[in-house]
Amino acid sequence: MSENAYKAGVKEYREKYWTPDYAPLDTDLLACFKVTGQPGVPREEVAAAVAAESSTGTWSTVWSEFLTDMEYYKGRAYRIEDVPGDSESFYTFIAYPLDLFEEGSIVNVLTSLVGNVFGFKALKHLRLEDIRFPMAFIKTCGGPPAGIQVERDRLNKYGRPLLGATIKPKLGLSAKNYGRAVYECLRGGLDLTKDDENVNSQPFMRWRDRFEFVAEAIRKAEMETGERKGHYLNVTAATPEDMYERAQFAKELGMPIIMHDFLTGGFTANTGLANYCRKNSMLLHIHRAMHAVIDRHPKHGIHFRVLAKCLRLSGGDHLHTGTVVGKLEGDRNSTLGFVDQLRESFVPEDRSRGVFFDQDWGSMPGVFAVASGGIHVWHMPALLNIFGDDSVLQFGGGTQGHPWGNAAGAAANRVALEACVKARNEGRELEREARDILGAAARTSPELAIAMETWKEIKFEFETVDKLDI
Amino acid sequence: MSNNYTEGDFQTAQTLETFGFLPKLTQEEIHSQIAYIIANNWTPAIEHEHPSGSSNHYWTMWKLPFFGERDLGKVVDELEACGRAYPDHHIRLLGYDNYTQSQGSAFVVREGRV
Repeated sequence: MSENAYKAGVKEYREKYWTPDYAPLDTDLLACFKVTGQPGVPREEVAAAVAAESSTGTWSTVWSEFLTDMEYYKGRAYRIEDVPGDSESFYTFIAYPLDLFEEGSIVNVLTSLVGNVFGFKALKHLRLEDIRFPMAFIKTCGGPPAGIQVERDRLNKYGRPLLGATIKPKLGLSAKNYGRAVYECLRGGLDLTKDDENVNSQPFMRWRDRFEFVAEAIRKAEMETGERKGHYLNVTAATPEDMYERAQFAKELGMPIIMHDFLTGGFTANTGLANYCRKNSMLLHIHRAMHAVIDRHPKHGIHFRVLAKCLRLSGGDHLHTGTVVGKLEGDRNSTLGFVDQLRESFVPEDRSRGVFFDQDWGSMPGVFAVASGGIHVWHMPALLNIFGDDSVLQFGGGTQGHPWGNAAGAAANRVALEACVKARNEGRELEREARDILGAAARTSPELAIAMETWKEIKFEFETVDKLDI
Repeated sequence: MSNNYTEGDFQTAQTLETFGFLPKLTQEEIHSQIAYIIANNWTPAIEHEHPSGSSNHYWTMWKLPFFGERDLGKVVDELEACGRAYPDHHIRLLGYDNYTQSQGSAFVVREGRV
C-alpha cells in the first residue's frame, strides 16, 4: 500500500505535525505557546498535538483528509525552547499557513489558535504568548478607525500625552449630575473624560439622557477654554443593534469619540464598530474588562500582548494597557513590550520585553496606550517616562478626589503634566528630579500644591503575579 | 493662564493647549524648547492668528517652515519678527515631525491682545 492509502486508526501527532526542519514562510502566521504537558508525554508529541488541534488535525485519521492536500493546510510545530527557570513547561513555535484564516477576521484566528486546544486533556496548561501576524494578513484588517496621528490633528493636541478621567462614582449618578462631573473635569484642563466600563444604560441613567447632558458639557467646556474636548461615550450594549443605535446618536450629537469593551463585547462587535467609526469620522476608545481573567495566569490563557495585537487589527484608537505604577497589575518591561505593539510600525524580537517575534505592522495606524487605574499627580514623572507622548494618562480618584473638586483636580493634573513635559524637553531627569519639578510647578498652582499634599503617601507596591520568564 | 485664585473656586480660562497651564515661559525657557525641537531633527515653524480665530485648525503660517534650520538664534529672530509684524496675534511655535507626519511639539509662545 502506498503512503497515500487510508488506514483507519490513531496516529502519533508528531509523525505529521512536528517538523523541526521547517523554515517558516513570510506569509505564515506564527504563534508561540507556553506548554505544560501531562507528566510522561514527550515534548515533541505535546507540541505536535497543539499544532494539530489548533489547525487541521483531529484525534483520529479520517478518510476525507485524502480528498485534500493536508501538507498545504496543516499547522507545523517547528521549534521547542526551554522556559528559563521552569523545568515543567516549554515554549513551542507553530507556523500556520495563511489560507487557514479568513481575511480580516481576528475572530477566525482566535477561534483556531485558542479554541478546543486549550481544553485538551494531554495538556495541564497552555498559554498563547505571542502571534506574528504576516503582512499579507495585516493588510486585510481595517485597524484603528483614525490612529494616533489623525486623532492628534482632530483634537489639536501635540507634544504631550492626552489627559483623561473616568467619571466617578462609576455607578448610580443621574444623567444631569453625571454631565456636571464631566463639565467640571473638562473646564479644569482635562482633554477627555470617560464613561466607566460598567456604565451602559442602567435604570439610574439611560444612555440617551447621558449622551445629551454630556454633549452639552463638552460644548460648554470647549467654548470656555478654547480647547478641543471629548468624552468616551460607552456604546457597549446587549446586542449589536443597540450598540449601533447608540453610536448613531453620538454621531448626531457631533461627539468626537465613543467607547467599547472589546473582550466582553467580543471581536465581531468590535470590528464592526471600528468600521462604523472609520466611516463616520469618530474615534474609538477601547476598554479591556475581562482581560485579567484571560491573561494574568503565567501558565494558562493568552498574554495581553496578543490581545493588544488583536485589538490593533480589529480596530481601536485607544487601548488600556495598565499603568505599571498604579493600583493594577503590570510589569514595566512587559508593558513596554505590548505598548510598542500598539504604536510602532516595526517591533523587533526582544525576550527582555516578552516579544517573541519580529512584527512588521506596515502602514497600520497606531493606537494610543491608555494608562488608567489608581494614578495621581505624584505618578506623573514616571508615567511620562514610561509611556511617552503617545498615551492617554487617565485619572479617576486622582482628579475627582481633589479637595476642591473636579475642576481643581483636573488643573492639578494638567499643571503637573505640562511641568513634566517641559522639564523633559529641557533634558532633565524626570523620575530623579520629580520632587523638584512638581514642587516648583506647585508654587504657581495652589491646585497642584494641595493635590500633592493629599496623595503624598499613596503608593501601590505589590509583587507582580505574571512576571516575564527571563 | 491668568487666574485670580480664591481657595476652592476654580475659574475657567482660555488656555490654548500645550503649556497653557504653565506660567508664561521666559525667553530662556522658550530657547530650551526650540533646542528640543532642533535636537529631535524636527522642522521649526511659526504660525500666528488673531485671538478671535484661535480655535481654527489652521492658523496663518509665518513664511515657510524652517527646513534644515539648526541655529536656535535664527528661530528666535523669526519669532521676534513675526511678533513685530502681528503685535495683536497669538504666536505658536511648532516642530514638524516628518516621520510621524505630526507635530512633535506645538505651543503658544506669545498670546495676542484680546
